[in-house]
Order: sequence, then structure tokens, then C-alpha cells
Amino acid sequence: MAASVVSRSFARSIASSGSLTRCSRPQYLRLRAQSQFQPAIRSFTASAKVWQKRYTEDHEWVELSEDGTVGTIGISDYAAHALGDVVFAELPQVGIEVSKGESIGAVESVKSASDIMTPVSGEIVEANSVLEEKPGTINKSPEADGWLAKIKVSAPEELESLMDADGYKKFTEEAESK
Amino acid sequence: MSASRALPRAAQSLRTAVRAPKTNRLLPSPATLSKSLSTKALQHPQSEVKSKTFFNTSYAQQRRAQSSNASPAPEFYTEENPGRTALYDLHLQHGGKMVPFGGYSMPVQYSDLSVSESHHWTREKASLFDVGHMVQYHVEGPGAEAFLESITPAGLKEMKPGTSSLSALLHPQTGGIVDDCIITRLEEGPKHLFYLVANAGCREKDYKFLSSAIEKWDNTMNPVAQLRHLEHDSRPYGLVALQGPLAAEILQSAFADTCKVDVNKWYFGSMKYITLALPMGESLPIVASRAGYTGEDGFELSIHPSQTVEVTKHLLDTATPEKLRFAGLGARDSLRLEAGMCLYGHDIDDTTTPVEAALAWIIPKDRRSGERANFNGAETIIPQLTPVSKGGAGVSRRRVGLTVEGAPAREGAEIVDADGNVIGKITSGCPSPTMKKNIAMGYIKDGMHKSGTEVQVIVRGKKRNAKVVKMPHVPSKYFKPA
Repeated sequence: MAASVVSRSFARSIASSGSLTRCSRPQYLRLRAQSQFQPAIRSFTASAKVWQKRYTEDHEWVELSEDGTVGTIGISDYAAHALGDVVFAELPQVGIEVSKGESIGAVESVKSASDIMTPVSGEIVEANSVLEEKPGTINKSPEADGWLAKIKVSAPEELESLMDADGYKKFTEEAESK
Repeated sequence: MSASRALPRAAQSLRTAVRAPKTNRLLPSPATLSKSLSTKALQHPQSEVKSKTFFNTSYAQQRRAQSSNASPAPEFYTEENPGRTALYDLHLQHGGKMVPFGGYSMPVQYSDLSVSESHHWTREKASLFDVGHMVQYHVEGPGAEAFLESITPAGLKEMKPGTSSLSALLHPQTGGIVDDCIITRLEEGPKHLFYLVANAGCREKDYKFLSSAIEKWDNTMNPVAQLRHLEHDSRPYGLVALQGPLAAEILQSAFADTCKVDVNKWYFGSMKYITLALPMGESLPIVASRAGYTGEDGFELSIHPSQTVEVTKHLLDTATPEKLRFAGLGARDSLRLEAGMCLYGHDIDDTTTPVEAALAWIIPKDRRSGERANFNGAETIIPQLTPVSKGGAGVSRRRVGLTVEGAPAREGAEIVDADGNVIGKITSGCPSPTMKKNIAMGYIKDGMHKSGTEVQVIVRGKKRNAKVVKMPHVPSKYFKPA
């Protein structure tokens, strides 16, 4: 338990310096091991870049937890609106390992079935069971309560290639004008 | 810990869905009529396809001479160069989201309502669908009845003027369905005039099929039959479908004073000539058929190309947005699926016969034996009408309705039995907005087709419980005599 607390703060600290997004998994593990002998360094200032919500061109979003280890995945406001009423959500099984771009579920509206592709690689650690009973939550709150799954991120640097909110807004506006 | 892999890909990515949902579907509409009631179309057959007979060469020559500058075919479009109906601009004004469909750029939905909202709107009030992408033909001449009976199983001899029926163009020998269509008799023999509406997606195929059929017809001692695309000044006739419980009330309030048609004595499957009171004066006659593709009461209006826009605007204006809204291909698809109607290219195609497609009812008794059992493919189809148990050929698969638990099954999903053997395939499916459960239709092995049969359907790699059910999924509300 203690170790995990320490490692979380370490992750945050290296994230704030930008190195987490560059290190490989072995490096990360090594750094994490070392971190147990280092005091936690708290920093709330320069972290915006990594915690920021990111978007894919397939209209999924991913947002990292404060410690940078778990990403929450959902579909964007724009996509939820365009799909119309979601009547069924297929959720991923907890425990599966997926790589970026693989299908982890689907949302079904009257007019279509759409795969949800994970924006980052990792292990699914939670699925939003609320959606089993109330798939419409995706329409009501696509970017908050309507999240689909949580993933233990194995390669946080993958987030770098995704769009931030402004970039995504531009992307959808361009798509609209086509 | 780490379990298997990700889910197998099911459908499309969210991106595809968001961009252009359902673009690959071909929504046909059974039902419609029209006639070139208008003034000139009859006298100037712009697109006479072919005609003549051994006997009546001079008649045919005369007809051909009249159609100077004939454009024999409807225009063909491609995905790169899609066609636009006369209502294209009006769709954009109403926030229509246009997608390629059947060679046309058609609205899939409008900005005011989501697909399911539009679906409910149609079931509760009324919707207007532009179906001007569909192909309208006239078939006329002394040989028209016999010609059409040679390529379809319809009982046209018994058909009275002003009535219509779903039918199918059939391939010779195999009896496969070239296209489904609505045939309406507009005029009695000996001249005969039939109005035929076929699917947009089959435009070119149908034209080739009909042209070659009529050419063969010509080369024998048959009385003349003529086929022509319904158009004026190279513009096809407009076609709109007014559907929903308020449809009759809306149409009646748009009538011109001189139009004495009584909507309370106008039943499903029949057609009337009507005129509307347009702001600019009385409209040209409109061929209006009480029919549709939603399972609701409603009408399909074939409108002279010079007035398609005015008539449509007039209907929307007189009804007001409280009662009538535009609806697109999205709602049309879920409505027709609830009504158990086939979508050509999905639920029926060149390889399915009417019997396999559970459309045996389009073959009347008089055409099942004797000399009138002479339509294309009769040698295959007629033995199929009798099950193997009764000494016939039967069929190995049948189109059925299904309800599916959990995830909606879409086209292509496999149907399996308790042992996991594949026994069929889903051809259409969606969550039903009316029933709040997943409905589908598909082909299933003969013997497993009885309603109540429990099966499973595989969606994204997982088996989902499903049950064979009777169609329509949602009871139809056609206006029929009490």
C-alpha cells in the first residue's frame, strides 16, 4: 500500500517534468522501483499537459487519473450527439489486455453499431456497469458519467499523438464543413 | 490477469457512423403510383424504351415518331456523381444531412429530430419522405398486361384500375428477384396502362432487364408493349410519401376545392387522382396511392416535375410543423423493419426467390397453375410453394423475423442453433424504437423457421439469445374497409 502511494506521487512528479511520457515501460518500472527510496515531490502546477483530456479521430476521449496510471475512456459529446439515442453499450471484459486501436466495445443506436477503439494500450480495469442498465447515460453525459471503461495505461506516451480539446474541436468543425 | 484479446470488430468505427450512417443501405419503397396524368407526358413519351410487334409495326413506328428526341433510359448516377432529387435544396433548408444512397444524395435525417425521435413522430403524427430517387415507369399498350405477367408473378388480369400491388421482377429459370416493385393499374384493356415503381439502387439493372425483356417480347408474335421512364423535359416525376396517423387529415386539408376525393372511402392499396390548392392555383393532377413503407396509414404522391417543390412545401405549410415533419432514410429503415418489409439488396436479392423471401403471397392463386403459371422462374418457384412433406420441392431457407436479447443483431450476423451450428444469417436488424427491443429479419434453415423457435445470434463474437417471431414486428395500421 505504502509503495503504491509513493509510486503515484512519483509518477505525478515525473509527469510534471515531462519524462513519464518519454520513458519506456522497463525504464518506468526501474524508475518506479527507485522512487521508493525518494521523497515524494508534489507539484500541481505544470501537470495540465498530461492530465488533459485527449481525443482520437474516431471520437473517443481518454483522460488520465491524477497519478497518470489509469485512463478513463468514453465517446465525445460530438459523437454522442451525432449517433442519436444510444440503446445498447457493449462493455469490455475487465482484465483483458488491449493495444491502441483495438476494439474494446461498441455503442448501438437505432441507425448504427459503432466500435469503440481504445485510444491507448493497457489492461482494462473497470467497465461502467451503469451503462448496462442505462445506456442513455452516454447521451446525457458522454464526457463524464457516460464513460465506458478504465484502462491501466501501459504506454502513456501514446497520448502524445492524440488531439487536445482545441485540436479536436477544429477536427470536428472541418469534418462538418466537408 | 490478462485475458484474451479485444473484442472482434463488429461494425464500423464511430468515425464512420458519425460521418455517414447507413449509407450502404438501399431503401426501396413499395407502393406508389402515378400516371402522366399531367398534360403532356403522355403525348410526349420522352423515354420510350422500345416497342413494336409483328402485327403492329406501324403503331409502334407512330409511337416512336412521337417521341422525337427520346431519351430511352432514366439517368444513371454514380457515387462520384450522385443525382439530386427536385427537393435537394429544400432538404438542406430543413437541415437535412445528406448521404449517398442508391446513386443519389439523400437526407438520412434532419437537424430538428434524431432518428428515433423522427421514428416516433411518424408513428404518432406524420412524416414526409422524399422518395424521388425511386424509379417510376409506365408500361402500356395492348400487350402491357401480358408482358408484365411474363416477368412478374402479379395477377394483373384481375387487377382493377386504381389498385396496386407489391410484386417482383424475376429472373428467368432461377426465379431470383431482380427487384421488388409496386405495380398499379391506371387504365383498363385493351389499351392497358400500368404504373411501376422500382428501387433507386437497381436503376441500371432494372432498366437493362426491362429493355432486354421487352426486346425479346418484341421478337415474338406478341401485341405491343411500351415501357417509358416517367419524366417531363428530362426531369423525373417527383415522389413523396406522407406517412402517419395524421396523413389523411393533412392530405385532405391540402386538397383543391375541386378535388372531391373522400379520404374516408379511399382504402389501402388503391390510388386516386387528386389536386391540391397550391398558392399559385390548383395543382396538376397527382397520382396518389394509399400505401407506404412504414406500416402506418399514408399516401405516396407522384408529382409532375414542375410542381414537386411547390406540392411538398404546400403539404408542409398547411400541416404545420406541429403535425408534419420531414423524415429521412434513418427513420425510414427502422420503420420498415418494424413493419416487416424487405429492403432490396439486403433482405432480398438476385439469389432469393419470392418463396424463400416469405413473399409467396404476391403470387395469386390463378398464377400458381395452368397457363398463367408462365412467369419468369415459374419452373423453380411453383414447386417451392409446396413443402417437401407434401411432395413439393419446398425451400431450404426462409425469411423470418427475430427478436434478439442484449445487443441488436445487424446485417451479416450468424444465426446458430443450440449446438452452435450456423443455421442462417441476419439481413436487417436494429433496436426497435416502438417495441424497445431488438428486432431483426434474416434467413433461417427450413424447419427452424416456426415462430417461437429459440435460436442464438452471434454479435461481436458473443452468442445472444434470439427467437423467431411473426412479422410485422409492430402491427400495421393500414386504412382498410371495416
